[in-house]
Parts: sequence; C-alpha cells; structure tokens
Amino acid sequence: MKTERKRRITQLAAALGFNLDLLSLARGQISQTPTKGICLPALNCYSCPAAIGACPVGALQNALNALRYNLGVGQKKLGLYVLGSLGLMGAIGGRLPCGWLCPFGWLQELINKIPGPKIQIPSVLTYLRYVILILLVLLLPLLLVDASGLGLPWFCKWLCPAGTLEAGVLLAMLNPAIRSQLGFLFAWKLAILVFFLVWMVLSERPFCRVVCPLGTILGFFNRVSLFRMRVDLGRCILCQACQKACPVNIRIYENPDSERCLRCLKCEPVCPTSCIDHGFWLAEKKTEGKTPVRV
Amino acid sequence: MNRRRFWTFFWLGLSVIFILAGLLSGEFRVVWQKAVTVCLECIGIG
Repeated sequence: MKTERKRRITQLAAALGFNLDLLSLARGQISQTPTKGICLPALNCYSCPAAIGACPVGALQNALNALRYNLGVGQKKLGLYVLGSLGLMGAIGGRLPCGWLCPFGWLQELINKIPGPKIQIPSVLTYLRYVILILLVLLLPLLLVDASGLGLPWFCKWLCPAGTLEAGVLLAMLNPAIRSQLGFLFAWKLAILVFFLVWMVLSERPFCRVVCPLGTILGFFNRVSLFRMRVDLGRCILCQACQKACPVNIRIYENPDSERCLRCLKCEPVCPTSCIDHGFWLAEKKTEGKTPVRV
Repeated sequence: MNRRRFWTFFWLGLSVIFILAGLLSGEFRVVWQKAVTVCLECIGIG
C-alpha cells in the first residue's frame, strides 16, 4: 500500500479513535470515560463531546495555571505527568503525530484540497508559534493568577480554533443550556475559526506552521526522536522535488531533523533518486554528510 | 554511544520518570477531572 494511502487511513482512524464516545455526542454532553486522563498525541479538544482523551496543550496550561495554587496549599502537583507525556510523544516520534494522527492537521489538509488561489506562508510568520507557546501556553497561565493563585488557559480561551470547532460549535448546536450562554468570547473565537478555515483553503497547514504549540513542542524533539528522516546526500541531485511536495515548504536534504518537518513522508515518493528514507533508527548512516550533486 | 542516541534515551528516560512521578502524585486524576468537565474557555463562554 502506498505511504500516502496508509497515512490517510491512519488519519481517519485517529480522528475516529480519539473521538469514539458517540453516545455522549448524541446526548450533547462531554464524555466521562476513564481514558480522558490520558494525554493524546494530537490537538484534540477534551471538551469535544466524543473525545476519549485529553488535549496535551489544554492539560499543560491547566497544570501551569493551578501550579501556584497547588504549591500554596501544599500539594505537590507540578504537572510532571503532562510534561512526561509530551516528552514521551516527542522522544518516540518527534512531529510524527502531526503528520499522521492529528485530526486538526488532517482537517487542514482536506480543506486545502478546495480549488482556489494558493499562497505561500512567509517564513517570518512561522516564528510566531514560539511566541504563542511561550506567552499564551507557558507564561500567562503561570504568572497571571487571581487571589487564590489560579490562572487561565490563555491559548484555549483566546486563540485555539480546534476547541471552537470540536467543542464550542458542537456543544452550542447540541446543548441548549450552553447555547443560551454564548456571547462576545464565542463570537471572537468563531471569527478566529473562520479566519483559519479561509486560510486553510489558501495555504497548506497554516495553523500547524504559524500557531500550534503542540507541534512546536514536538518539533524540538525532531533532532533526538527515535523516528527520524534520513537523506542519502551521495544520491541527492538537488532537484527540489521534495520541497515542492512538502506541506511546510522545507528542504529536507538541508536538515532532515528540521523542527518544522511534520514527518508526513510526502517527500519520499516524489524523490527521483529515492534518497529520502525514514524509520526508527539510532545508528548514523555512512553516506550522511556527503555533498549533494547538482545535475 | 553517539550523541543523538544519548539524548534520545535521556529524553525517553526523563519522560518515563516524569510520568511515573506524576502518576504517583495523583496528576492523572487531575487531568481526568479537568477533561471530563466542560472547559468554558475552550468552548468560548468562560
């Protein structure tokens, strides 16, 4: 089976598997399954009625915004479980879940298939995700707290379109009690969602490239993860076919461990010399480090 | 052992230690508790 076909099937299976509690969805209430304590390797809002796991970005913010309160009352809940879960995901696959498992990433790929003008995202915008991670996910939840020491999940509250789509819109449609409480914040988040939906038509994976804190965290691990990309530079002819196929527009032959690489493997089948490879490797390959030959 | 292999196992080991420490201090329950309650911020109410 072709890699791209396998990836599509995996993305579909992950989207369904992460949102398996259809009974809760039908009732318009969020799932109460015991598995919701497990951090999923994807940006999948835990307030989605059918979600059977926790969003690691939401869980991280909640661990941080309760940290000062917990320390104040003598509870040693430091968010180690969430940090460890993120570290484990990253150490095993790096951004592999972005390319193969994340339902919001998959949605972006599907919407980008809508015909229309396509625009490249300026590379300077891709640095915004570091600001968002540091400011909205780490610092503000930790530092801006009320008198009791509790803060807010700033990223979820003001920016995350995945939460609006998977949880806000769904619950507003299914649950009259929630629908009656919608106000300015919902309108703001809906506007952000619409903005990203339009951007998804125009550009490939705009949310992953410009905003996603989970992808940014997992990207740090691309350099050390068990799963890795490898380019045989002795066979690379610098034809740029890999860059043209890449949804995030990187040159994999310059840095196979690039933290922007989603590990979607779209570059592999288009390579005319089959010099790109992937796998769970630890040993270096002898051909690495050679200079590519331009033809 | 090359440098990459060292850091791979370092992060794997540290992550497992963090997860176990978190589980022992009851953090799984905290994550679960939050995840089974409607997040007002996520849905755009709170």
